[in-house]
Amino acid sequence: MTVTLVLVIAMAVLFSCGVYLLLERSLTRMLLGFLLLGNALNLLLLVMSGAAGNPPIGKTSEGIADPLPQAFALTAIVITFAVSAFLLALIHRSWKLSRADEVEVDEADVAIGRERDEAADEDPETTTDAEQEATR
Amino acid sequence: MTWLVPLLVLVPLLGAAVALGLLNHQKLQRAITVVVLVVALAVAATLMVLVDQHGTIVVQVGGWEAPYGISLVVDRLSALLLTVSASVLLIVLLFSIGQGLAADDGEAPVTIFYPTYLVLAAGVLDSFIAGDLFNLYVAFEMLLVASYVLITLGGSEQRVRAGTTYIVTSLIASAIFLAAIGLVYGATGTVNIAQISERMAGLPEHVQLLLHTMLLIGFGIKAAVFPLAFWLPDSYPTAPAPVTAVFAGLLTKVGIYAIIRLETIIFPRPQLNTVLLIVAILTMVVGVLGAVSQTDVKRLLSFTLISHIGFMVMGIGLGSVVGTAAAVFYTVHHIVVQTTLFLVSGLMERVGGTTSTRSLGGLLKASPLLAALYLVPAFNLGGIPPFSGFIGKLGLFRAAAIDGSPLAYATIAAGVVTSLLTLYALMRVWDAAFWRPRPAAEAAAPHASVAEPHAHLRSPEPTPLTVSEDTGKAFHPGGTVTVTDAAHASRTSPIRHGRDAAGASSRNRRTGPSPETAPTATQDGVGEAPTRVKLPRMLVGVTTVAVLGSVALTVVAGPLYGYATRAAESLESPDQYVQAVLGGGR
Repeated sequence: MTVTLVLVIAMAVLFSCGVYLLLERSLTRMLLGFLLLGNALNLLLLVMSGAAGNPPIGKTSEGIADPLPQAFALTAIVITFAVSAFLLALIHRSWKLSRADEVEVDEADVAIGRERDEAADEDPETTTDAEQEATR
Repeated sequence: MTWLVPLLVLVPLLGAAVALGLLNHQKLQRAITVVVLVVALAVAATLMVLVDQHGTIVVQVGGWEAPYGISLVVDRLSALLLTVSASVLLIVLLFSIGQGLAADDGEAPVTIFYPTYLVLAAGVLDSFIAGDLFNLYVAFEMLLVASYVLITLGGSEQRVRAGTTYIVTSLIASAIFLAAIGLVYGATGTVNIAQISERMAGLPEHVQLLLHTMLLIGFGIKAAVFPLAFWLPDSYPTAPAPVTAVFAGLLTKVGIYAIIRLETIIFPRPQLNTVLLIVAILTMVVGVLGAVSQTDVKRLLSFTLISHIGFMVMGIGLGSVVGTAAAVFYTVHHIVVQTTLFLVSGLMERVGGTTSTRSLGGLLKASPLLAALYLVPAFNLGGIPPFSGFIGKLGLFRAAAIDGSPLAYATIAAGVVTSLLTLYALMRVWDAAFWRPRPAAEAAAPHASVAEPHAHLRSPEPTPLTVSEDTGKAFHPGGTVTVTDAAHASRTSPIRHGRDAAGASSRNRRTGPSPETAPTATQDGVGEAPTRVKLPRMLVGVTTVAVLGSVALTVVAGPLYGYATRAAESLESPDQYVQAVLGGGR
């Protein structure tokens, strides 16, 4: 199977940029990262369909282009489109609510951690929540 | 009867479209949703019987033959999970209808709930019948997009935050899965599971390992297996109770289903079984340790959910017929029980106003029925003998013992510890929410604040007669408090004198009622608690049905386990599957 090197390099660049952006805290950057990742995946599907150059319809001596990966890519594009629309709505909602598009840390997690630290400071012997509650 | 199979996806999707068109006719919308899921359940149940009698049913959609067209495959595993999922979807739907009818605030956009729910149902059912990897991906996307909408339902700040975690994690999982599909296609030239199964053995070992790992990571994120599970407790608990219930019951199990298929049909050789067993141990232990440290009921249940995913992975990782059979049985058990527990936590929130174990209390008095509804599935999840949790765990441990390797015995040890800690975590909730009186912080609650000054005015002369009578009856100081507290709030009775003493002692010893004494105490409390909180009848009814269903798993455990074993037998010999899909001529 021959593979176009340009496609592979483009895919690698898109993948790395997409993953980098997805790791950001800003929702908008995440969306951009997701879009890049989606395109990288479509390129991957195309690369997997084999050598380029064959016609999509009609038979030549070389054969025709494999239609299946194209169908996959189309489906993936539609799904990416739907999810991006949803993400945009989510970003809008987040912006309206808090004027920020950052993903915050989980408050409940932080609260449990903090309580634990405080309990440890006050009374080193308190080990479990159950005991801690019992003393109240 | 093959025409039944596509109905599983068609009917919910068409139902969703119709329901979406009826946004202004809520009653009609509700009726359609119920009818659609009843139909899906009937179809799934019929298929379950048919498949068991006549073997795997395959539908080539549009008449395109197997490797080219889309195959829908229903084997025993699919049929079993289809039936269980359809019934759980129906139960949760009825619960959400009951909640919607009982809700006072018109804020929740229930109109969009039902169509989205049906799309979710279509996605879940489709993923169980998908015969090729790409169709499985589409089914996953269908249920995921629906779940994005459901988890951010109402769009409050907290839900948007929690939803973002969930959505981004799921997107990455889908991306990994899609990339893996692309690579599988590049390596084998097909996405049909049966054909992949045939061709995979011919690939070089390292290519197989790469594909196997990528698919496993993609599914592992969905199934919430240990190092990939941290998104779950951060995102599930904020969603509305029915949504959390159906997510916890079904979405992670779809991932487990995909892992079962992956390990049996696509990669039948024990390539990553050691990894799976280690991951299973870590999932069980880390998950349950997380559960022990939580103070919110829903978060605690989310952590037990993660930890019990480990049991299923353990069964799969053993790679034998007994192991897979036990994993299948455990999956069925866990779908039902975990959903039930989340429904009950929804009821607890309704009665107590919160799900934090710090501020909950006195629920046994407020609603004895709710206490019973909590206790039965809690015991079931913890693996107390008559219940299906015990049977499932026993099956898994037996399979591991048959395997006999040191690692298998290590999983048994981890499993036993996990069961005990699960029981401990759930009994802590029981203690805090049901057993103790309402904590002082919640003194604003009507009966508590009325009762307190009276107790101070009266000289606390304990009447020995009543105290001894009570302790004799209820076995534990906690029990007496419930009885006296309840009586105290409603009428002036001699029992009241004993209250202070009993209350004080209970506060000191509250952490210690053993699980065995609890049910009898519940029975005692039921008759005499007049200050009950009235719960909407439909919610209680539906939850009771769910609890009875989880108990019924014990009653039908024999046939069910037999079914699971037959399913596992056909899974462990992939030739059957391949022949059924591609035709016998190959």
